[in-house]
Amino acid sequence: MNHTLTNQEKMMLAREKAARKPNLKRRKISQSIAFTLMWLMGFISIGALIWIVGYVLARGFPTINMEFLTTRPAGGFEGEGGISTTIVTTLYLVVLTIAIAAPLGIGAAIYFVEYANEAQNRSKFVRWLVRTARTGVEILAGVPSIIFGLFGFAVFVSFLKFKFSLLSAGLSGACMVLPVIIRTTEEALLAVPDSLREGSLGLGATKWQTITGVVLPAAIPGIVTGIVLSVGRIISETAIFWVTLGGSYRLPQNLLSSGRTLALHVYMLATETRAFDKALGTAAILIIIIMLLNLAINLSSKYFQKRLSGK
Amino acid sequence: MQPSQFDENPKIIAHNFNLFYGDFQALKEINVDIPENAITSIIGPSGCGKSTFLRSINRMNELIPSVKTTGQIKMDDKDIYKQDVVELRKHVGMVFQRPNPFPKSIFDNVAYGPRAHGLKNKAILEEIVEKSLTDAALWDEVKDDLHKSGLALSGGQQQRLCIARALAVEPEVILMDEPASALDPIATLKIEELIQNLKKDYTIVIVTHNMQQAARASDYTMVFNMNPDRSGYIVEYGSTSQIFTNPHEKITEDYISGRFG
Repeated sequence: MNHTLTNQEKMMLAREKAARKPNLKRRKISQSIAFTLMWLMGFISIGALIWIVGYVLARGFPTINMEFLTTRPAGGFEGEGGISTTIVTTLYLVVLTIAIAAPLGIGAAIYFVEYANEAQNRSKFVRWLVRTARTGVEILAGVPSIIFGLFGFAVFVSFLKFKFSLLSAGLSGACMVLPVIIRTTEEALLAVPDSLREGSLGLGATKWQTITGVVLPAAIPGIVTGIVLSVGRIISETAIFWVTLGGSYRLPQNLLSSGRTLALHVYMLATETRAFDKALGTAAILIIIIMLLNLAINLSSKYFQKRLSGK
Repeated sequence: MQPSQFDENPKIIAHNFNLFYGDFQALKEINVDIPENAITSIIGPSGCGKSTFLRSINRMNELIPSVKTTGQIKMDDKDIYKQDVVELRKHVGMVFQRPNPFPKSIFDNVAYGPRAHGLKNKAILEEIVEKSLTDAALWDEVKDDLHKSGLALSGGQQQRLCIARALAVEPEVILMDEPASALDPIATLKIEELIQNLKKDYTIVIVTHNMQQAARASDYTMVFNMNPDRSGYIVEYGSTSQIFTNPHEKITEDYISGRFG
């Protein structure tokens, strides 16, 4: 008799067929192949990183000694001297840039997360403004640093006549890291559960008391991460500071002095001198600083997590 | 003023109260008196507006931007929607469904409210913290660990900490949104016992999904249900013994006997 199979019958037939011919072995083989491939990919990417860092450290270490760290660069084609002033300049620039960018960025993020929703409901114009600002932040986060450099050169260096200086570089650098700080702070604020806000408001605290008393303390780990990421960015960027900070290897005397960061020094040594060993030595110092920064992030987030969970 | 539904003094009166989320009406024509120094429980199926009504009493609903209300809710004859919201919440405390202690020490959790209202004197703060924790039946368990994080406590202790935190601002009314639903049976019993003890000083309104809890722990019971358009309304409101032994409405009977909800 000929009748078409129902779906259920088809399914049963397929299951019977599968049970007769177990494919366990084939499934296990495909699993091992996949795992091997993943392992290989992981190994290659980590291997490449270790190679780069290892190479720079190994080639750089012989150059590093107390004298290298404590004398200032002497300039010239041979790249004489050490890196003392570039370390200090880097420190100055980091402090200045963060001092400008952190309050602005954190304030903007607080506005976006805690206030904008409410304001948006009141007026169409505010809604449009907030949306535009948000999109702006997204776009700025992806803009190459040299663009900020060109902007800084045009506005701060030339138009406002700050010249090549710590001030020009700090302001341009602040523009560069602002999106990073805004976005990480926004994420940190959004991660604070609303139940904490409600708990505080329910006790008759004002919105501002709620933000400073409960929301910000709970968001601090995320905010700190954003700031440390920004510090890393300032330490490692070259192009933006080449066109705003200039390249003087003297110690900056005030906000309007030119200067040279470590990363900028590496670039200058590599492109304009024959002292490639000193470039590698400076690079090794840079890598060590970045590693210490990462360690600081890990330690601080562990500390905050411990404090917040109360264990 | 409408005549009181019960003999006791009404602390809170809702009069033709409606609440909308945008175009959706979540509460329809709510008219109730909530008596002073008594425990009033709100029961009803999920999504019928129990919590929405509770959160209307301290205007917590206003955190959702699209919320609009019409009609009145009065406390001590003053329209709460015409008061300053921060001032209102000082008088109407709230305990939430999940314990939500701040990531701060036990002491700072309880002192948070008084500090927010400007109290700085350390000795007075210490006194308030001790009294609130004692009233919340938590003092003996934590008196040596006041500097420890509130998050290090067990779930039941955290909820009592949240109650202590609410008591510390000396409210007149305490709203509780399923305060024991995230707790184990023993912690639940402790909370219920505690609520009984608070009754003499506070007016308590409690939303619960637990019929037995409403039956054994409250003086008055409000039964909510949904209209076909999903807006919430009050089916029946009366003394807890009347609602559970002699319900006037079929819906109430079906609900409390577990036939729906």
